[in-house]
Amino acid sequence: MDAILQPWPWYVSGPLITLVMITLIYFGKTFGMSSNLRTMCSLGGAGKYATFFKLDWKAQRWNLTVVAGAIIGGFIAVTFLSDGSVIDLNPKTVSDLKALGFKNAGATLLPPELYDWDHVWSLKGLLILVGGGFIVGFGTRYAGGCTSGHAITGLSNLQWPSFVAVIGFFIGGLFMTHVLFPLIFTA
Amino acid sequence: MKLLKFLFVGIFFGIVLVKSEAVSWYRIFEMFKFQSFHMYGIIGSAVILGIIAIWVIKRTGLKSIDKESINIPPKDKGMFRLLIGGTIFGFGWALAGACPGPMYILVGTGVFSMLLVIGGAILGTFLYGLLRDKLPH
Repeated sequence: MDAILQPWPWYVSGPLITLVMITLIYFGKTFGMSSNLRTMCSLGGAGKYATFFKLDWKAQRWNLTVVAGAIIGGFIAVTFLSDGSVIDLNPKTVSDLKALGFKNAGATLLPPELYDWDHVWSLKGLLILVGGGFIVGFGTRYAGGCTSGHAITGLSNLQWPSFVAVIGFFIGGLFMTHVLFPLIFTA
Repeated sequence: MKLLKFLFVGIFFGIVLVKSEAVSWYRIFEMFKFQSFHMYGIIGSAVILGIIAIWVIKRTGLKSIDKESINIPPKDKGMFRLLIGGTIFGFGWALAGACPGPMYILVGTGVFSMLLVIGGAILGTFLYGLLRDKLPH
């Protein structure tokens, strides 16, 4: 039981993610979480504004159900399956984050400096969360997939478009982390 | 209940991503700093095993649960959209520290400010849908 309550090592987690992908394929579907954002637009009536959203959302109910499950899974994991271990980050990561103004890196899943309500309700805080989400949503649809659709499923299916997309993910992520973070965050 | 099995897949997915810490903003920062093997190990082992599993599925002609032939739709091509769209996604992945699966899982862990990220992501998807015909792909 201890092993379940502690964080799971990569060599357990990675294969379990493969299992999720294969199970969805066996169920006749595919592993692609960002498609739900499009479905949600359709549900909200976006089909009136763009043909891209004129789709039969009922055919996507299975994927919205995966989303509902994922929320429940997140709740179960932190409520019943965690011993409160801190994230075992590289000490260099912790000190780099401290230099950017992030204290106690790894004590929680997400930095309170970004996600605590005190910090959210400022222009900068709101811009980071809403703007960050916005470019995730825009970019993933432009690229035709996200981490699950491109990096896991696409690469597993030896799709070269997914390889190009993953290179893009890293160009963006590296530029943000190394170049823009020091400009956005200062201790 | 045909949908119930998908609920269980989602629950399992949520648990795995929390327990692996792949939903952590800090882990994503660490990954982009090349300061840990953790995230590379997760994605790398998932993909290597995935390549083998999909190869076996294709080789054996495994049928789906509904006895239909399995076909995994190929990804749309277009160098520009992949590279530019991917890069824009990467900016957001590093900044918000959440991609389109973890953002829901994190709401489940009790971080309700994540709803702002989800709201932003829906708006971003909406804007893409509006501009789709004008954007180069």
